Amino acid sequence: MKTEAIQLLLHERFGAAVGPVESARLSESVEVDASAVAEIALFLRDDPDLAFDCLSNLSGTDRPARGKIQITYELFSYVHRRAFILKVDARRDRPEVATVENVWPAANWLEREVYDLLGVVFVDHSDLRRLLLPDDWVGYPLRKDYVEAPEYHGISTVRPSALKLPEPK
Amino acid sequence: MSLELEFDDGREVFATEEMTLNMGPQHPSTHGVLRFIIRADGEVMRSAKADVGYLHRSIEKIAEKVGWRGFMPYTDRVDYVAAMTTNQAWAMAAEVLGGVTVPRRGEYCRVIAAELGRICSHLLAAGAMGMDIGAITPFTHAVRERELINDLLEELCGARLTFNYMRVGGVAWDLPPGFGAKVLRFLDHFEPYVDELDDLLSNNKIYIERLAGVAVVTRERAIAYNLVGPNLRASGVKYDIRKHLPYSVYPEFEFDVPIGMGLHGSVGDCWDRYIVRLHEMRQSARILRQALEGLPEGPVIAKVPRNYKPAAGEIHVHVETPRGDQSWYVVADGTEYPYRVHIRTGSFAAMSIIEELSRGLMVADLVALIASFDIVAPEVDR
Repeated sequence: MKTEAIQLLLHERFGAAVGPVESARLSESVEVDASAVAEIALFLRDDPDLAFDCLSNLSGTDRPARGKIQITYELFSYVHRRAFILKVDARRDRPEVATVENVWPAANWLEREVYDLLGVVFVDHSDLRRLLLPDDWVGYPLRKDYVEAPEYHGISTVRPSALKLPEPK
Repeated sequence: MSLELEFDDGREVFATEEMTLNMGPQHPSTHGVLRFIIRADGEVMRSAKADVGYLHRSIEKIAEKVGWRGFMPYTDRVDYVAAMTTNQAWAMAAEVLGGVTVPRRGEYCRVIAAELGRICSHLLAAGAMGMDIGAITPFTHAVRERELINDLLEELCGARLTFNYMRVGGVAWDLPPGFGAKVLRFLDHFEPYVDELDDLLSNNKIYIERLAGVAVVTRERAIAYNLVGPNLRASGVKYDIRKHLPYSVYPEFEFDVPIGMGLHGSVGDCWDRYIVRLHEMRQSARILRQALEGLPEGPVIAKVPRNYKPAAGEIHVHVETPRGDQSWYVVADGTEYPYRVHIRTGSFAAMSIIEELSRGLMVADLVALIASFDIVAPEVDR
């Protein structure tokens, strides 16, 4: 089943929450509403014609020019051996997306990672804590406007370049 | 004081006071720096929560700063036990976005390097598996064999661990003179060695008792948690990116995809995950022989502009690393820097299922479980 056919199925069922097929160079995806993604995910998993039983990747991309943080879900069906890409735009000033953890348990850690590095809140997630960074880290490093703090608990985050000789005293 | 308690599956346990144990981050058997917080009742775990991130080097952020070609050496550090395949994944992502075609000899060089790397990684996995549950000798044997491959790879690219061998458009250097003959001599020695490892480890009674039937992952749970590679195949799913979503020149080679059969316990137990890797080493040897025999003449790298700037677009690239399907999401915006790079690795998926599997498992089996998933901590943290 092609991306268009899947989009049609989703649109029939969920109406305005499902956008048209978006063709970027080399990839096709369907964008859906941030609040409806959990229901749509459940449908994608349980409908026998779709049967996307695996969430093979979940990535976040910061798009400050559009004021959005884009979440990309890469789904895979081991039944039909095909992939499908679902996208959700979260508002950059208040990024909230429904969790799909109850649909695919793999999302638990993947969503924590996106929360950790991009600050997207996955509503109703069971354990939304930072995953890779320390709990007291300030900011979300994968946002494009992230500025690194000069130090962390007294440890400097900069060091002199090894390529430059020290200034004579 | 004691309490009668039940686990979810109805098993009764003689409960004593619950203990919270800390394991790691510095622990010899956790395969890198990672930490577990274990709630245990005597020897039985209620849960083991993983605390990761000790090896986070923000490799994805670095990609946005160093450019398409400059990122290659960093990919070595994503999974430093099997750097060749991670090299390959990044090269493929950049090539697809930039519309570069790799010369055939370049692809063959990649396959030879990647399969040697796979044997290397699986040897370490099999050896460490034995060591983690108390069998020290097989580890020394496995590392001895691994040294031979390290020597070969050092001759190929000058490094023993972080290879940086591949480039956008092909590979950095052609095979050195006489390399093919050396690999064949190694394979002649290595294939009987796999049988030896089989005798020494796989069919050892104690080894089987420790692993068979332990921490069984069903087919459904493996897919739900997105387990990949040998971990997925051990649960009975015949899916290998090299075969089912083919890339490079893999369709030209004959090889089998071994899956877990539940020979000593049930499908998807620790022993199955171990034996799948052992069989895969034999298949890698088969691929190597075919690749050396069919090695075409010609250049090993395509002409790629110094200032590499793929047009805007985005892709998902999948590569079968020794730890399974590594999924790369790469976004290009038409500049000389990638806009976004995200790597979902096999170890990441495997780490996330441990909390569920740990319920009701013995504390000592946690080490066997981590080893059976072949988790490499830097690959989780990136």
